Amino acid sequence: MAERRSPAAAHADRFEAASRGEGLRLAELPFLTHVNVRVDPASPAAGDIADVLGAPLPEEPCTAVTAASDITVAWLGPDEWLVVAPEGYQPELLRKALGERHGSVVDVSAQRTTLLVAGPHARDLLAHGCALDLHPSVFGPGRCAQTTLARAQVVLLPRQDGFLVLVRSSFAAYMAEWLLDAATEYVT
Amino acid sequence: MRRENGGRIDRSRTLRFRFDGQEYTGHPGDTLASALLAGGVRQIATSVKLGRPRGVFSAGSEEPNAVVQIEEPFPEPMLPATTVELYDGLVARSLAGQGRLATEPDPARYDAVHAHCDVLVVGAGPAGLAAARAAAGAGARVILADEQPEPGGALLGSPDEVDGVPGAEWAAATAAHLEGLPDVRVLRRTTVFGYYDDNYLVAVERRTNHLGAAAPAHVARERVWRIRARQVVLATGAHERPIAFAGNDLPGVMLAGAARTYVHRYGVLPGRRAVVFTANDSAYAAALDLAEAGVEVAAIVDVRTAPGERWAARARERGIELLAGHVVTAARGDGQLSSVLVGATGDGGRSIDADLLLVSGGWNPVVHLFSQSGGTLRYDEALGTLVPGASRQAVQPAGAAGGVFTLPGCLADGAAAGARAAGPHAGPHAAEAPRAAEPEATNAPAYWLVPANDYSAHFVDLQRDVTVADIHRATGAGLRSVEHVKRYTTAGTAHDQGKTSGLLTSAVVAHALGTSVAELGTTTFRAPYLPVSFAALAGRDRGALHDPVRVTALHEWHVAHGALFENVGQWKRPWYYPRPGEDMETAVLRECRAARESVAAMDASTLGKIDVIGPDAGEFLDRLYTNLMSSLKVGSVRYGVMCRPDGMVLDDGTVIRLADDHFLVTTTTGNAAMVLDWMEEWLQTEWPSLRVHCTSVTEQWATVALVGPRSREVLAGLAPGLAVSAADFPFMTWREADVAGIPARVCRISFSGELAFEINVTSWDGLRLWTAIMDTGLVTPYGTETMHVLRAEKGYPIVGQDTDGTVTPHDLGMSWVVSKKKPDFIGKRSFTRADTSRADRKQLVGLLPEDPGFLLPEGTHLVSTATLPEPPVPMLGHVTSSYRSAALGRTFALALVKGGQGRVGERLYAPVAGTLVPVTVTSHVLYDPEGARRDG
Repeated sequence: MAERRSPAAAHADRFEAASRGEGLRLAELPFLTHVNVRVDPASPAAGDIADVLGAPLPEEPCTAVTAASDITVAWLGPDEWLVVAPEGYQPELLRKALGERHGSVVDVSAQRTTLLVAGPHARDLLAHGCALDLHPSVFGPGRCAQTTLARAQVVLLPRQDGFLVLVRSSFAAYMAEWLLDAATEYVT
Repeated sequence: MRRENGGRIDRSRTLRFRFDGQEYTGHPGDTLASALLAGGVRQIATSVKLGRPRGVFSAGSEEPNAVVQIEEPFPEPMLPATTVELYDGLVARSLAGQGRLATEPDPARYDAVHAHCDVLVVGAGPAGLAAARAAAGAGARVILADEQPEPGGALLGSPDEVDGVPGAEWAAATAAHLEGLPDVRVLRRTTVFGYYDDNYLVAVERRTNHLGAAAPAHVARERVWRIRARQVVLATGAHERPIAFAGNDLPGVMLAGAARTYVHRYGVLPGRRAVVFTANDSAYAAALDLAEAGVEVAAIVDVRTAPGERWAARARERGIELLAGHVVTAARGDGQLSSVLVGATGDGGRSIDADLLLVSGGWNPVVHLFSQSGGTLRYDEALGTLVPGASRQAVQPAGAAGGVFTLPGCLADGAAAGARAAGPHAGPHAAEAPRAAEPEATNAPAYWLVPANDYSAHFVDLQRDVTVADIHRATGAGLRSVEHVKRYTTAGTAHDQGKTSGLLTSAVVAHALGTSVAELGTTTFRAPYLPVSFAALAGRDRGALHDPVRVTALHEWHVAHGALFENVGQWKRPWYYPRPGEDMETAVLRECRAARESVAAMDASTLGKIDVIGPDAGEFLDRLYTNLMSSLKVGSVRYGVMCRPDGMVLDDGTVIRLADDHFLVTTTTGNAAMVLDWMEEWLQTEWPSLRVHCTSVTEQWATVALVGPRSREVLAGLAPGLAVSAADFPFMTWREADVAGIPARVCRISFSGELAFEINVTSWDGLRLWTAIMDTGLVTPYGTETMHVLRAEKGYPIVGQDTDGTVTPHDLGMSWVVSKKKPDFIGKRSFTRADTSRADRKQLVGLLPEDPGFLLPEGTHLVSTATLPEPPVPMLGHVTSSYRSAALGRTFALALVKGGQGRVGERLYAPVAGTLVPVTVTSHVLYDPEGARRDG
């Protein structure tokens, strides 16, 4: 066992099989960088962190900002954000931006994994287990939500072609099974 | 009894089905009821209490009589035949009361969907279609739900035209138009059955039931819709009301509108020779339509002395005898209707031969959902029925549901309601209503009950066999509330929920009490509007998806290596790893020996982990824990206990200091989320001035406990860069190192008393680390059972097993963990209470059964006497943990015992299965009390 392993790795083949039709694309996007940032949004430290991210820390609840470098900053609370960045992004950059000032930068990359639910039936699929209104007029790109999908807590990030579902690693297998089962009518 | 042509059935296809063992045929578009009527079947069921024959009474979900058991393709009990769409291969039988549930698992799929809209329209009759069209035209997101397979509602059962085309065609075209719009959803075969707060409504869609055995397996048979709507339009129509007279339950007695529906929609004649008994105009249309279709209508019996003149004239033109100011005093027949007794008063009169008696006592708006929404109902004297009053939510009735009973009225009302619901989006043309001809309407006073001397066959609730005589018995016994009469007689409590009988019951009660329906009131409407199967409500929350299973990064290895699992909350934790031929006892003794004598490893990843960061983090932890944490040095680890304000143990775990302003707190597996909430609550509500942030990292880290005298040797082999000697790496410190080439944080802590290390890596690397440890060939994997034994031998309590919210740290023999110096911490004040220092508090002790092979069941009570005295028996405490110990060579237990710390050496008794087992009280630390083993 020389390789590291992502939480939904065992489901990769079935995700691929479920994505063969036109309706749906399911995949784990493994090993993305997730950083939990807590800081007073009015503080200079918040501004310095935003500068490093290349995007402001959004202050409107349930919104997310995506920077040019494919970094998304999602609002989790009045002083809490989740930074979702490509694999290999160094949380240390944000820790340096914070410096000695009050706040916290915690690498939580392995705390959750990222599942992609995309395609024309993505919204139908999530509607089986998510009570939120996912209509693009209400929950399009630029929004985010902490909610439950089926019976697991998730962070939902809408994209143009679907959604990112960020789920706790221990729930990843359950979530994958649930998604594959929910996809039954959309993959045949 | 099938007409030559007409109806909305597909005569080009024939469906075969069986009922009570007989073969019948029908067509797509039929219900089981219409096909049975076409086949000449009059009796469909037998009444539950009196065993009387019952036939088809209605043409919809209000049916009280024709309740059947489906046997094939899959057993389903108690379905109204009027709601069962016919399919090939259907096998059904008549019922006398209850049906039978399937004994085999239901193979069908069921699911649920959440949906949101600006406007939900319930009912796709003329009002609902007009409302949906208006709302959608204004740009609203619309859901239109209708319980029938095709839209149209009452239009399907009448020859009425809308906008110059037959009503059913208009309905189909309107629905098709709506379905072409991007944000409109038309749900057919969908019954909205519950209306809750915040405009949250629940519906069930029957998606493949009508396909029978041909239903595709991958499509959910039924789907529950959970709908959140900004505005709701209830276009739920009206149910026709029966009249109470003698024999009104005989097969052949049918609601007038239902008979009209059978003729128009299903092309079926429900009888050959009919009498019509009415108190209003609507039954004249039914009489004329039936006559037109070939039924001989012998007479119209109208309770009114002055029926509507134009209707009366049309009836006479048709050659139908009109008996104004008359009533039906009895329906007669042996097993089915053969004659009708008609008179000017309540008794006797003239007999007219008939096999069909159409009844119309008026129309009740279907106000169930409006009432469920919290809206009030008002008795309308002019209409003689309950209509919606004040609404409590964003809901409005439309059409017949609101007491509007003409077609043009319904179309206009619906269009206006739809436009209002769409709100400011609505343009000037949104409310433009479709057009239809205005019929004549005549005053129709409410009429409920044909007076008689004997009321024992005047049925009010057909499904519950409740008669007017039963209601009189209730009022005679002194009952004055209609709610009480309902419970006393069971009227309205059958699975039709009194759709046809509810208001009639109220009226009969009011009549008996000499009051009015308006004053008496009516019973409460509750969800569900109609029976919904548990299978639909359970949906996909069955089997493996019933509740999430949480697993660690090492789970696949545990499974592959034969671990049995223990449920800890939602987690699956390896319990023990039996080798071939081993039972649990043998496996656990082997695992324990490995940990005490060699080296063993456990997956400890489920422990809760919280990063606590900030300049005041030390102060914060000082307040949370009973002991001092701020004095902890960077690089060190400390065990701590948290209490509630009452001084009782809440949780325990270790705290490691990563930096001056950075601690990592571990919690017990089951309390991880609770402790984080606890921290946030104190920070946000009591100590907002503390500069501290908490972040859960439970699943960021995989944790492996490497335990035993040879653990140092194994670690040294895997981490050549780490100085592992006792001097270089002392107890209760941590180091960063590469272990098996993986960056790791290694803590020297022990939950077994042995030399032990906890190795933390990111959960991505967990399996790599574990595999490397196992590849040394030296290490025995062990599970939670062995962990429990090892810690119990050392007297380490498990919060939630050896504690129950009434136990202080002192009770656990851990006074040392409670600081006497700190100015304050949660629970401190409670330790000065007299109660927390009582000598007879229950305290944690060890127990040794005198028979060293006897295992005490956990939970066993303890008494002081060798024989049980008369009850009440004084109880001294109970066993909290009990195991076989490889190290001790015997069984042992932990127990909470009154004054236990002063009882060491005493003999107590444990009542087990009728005998009193002698046990000796010992210290709770049974193994290595000197702590000699922790350095290896």
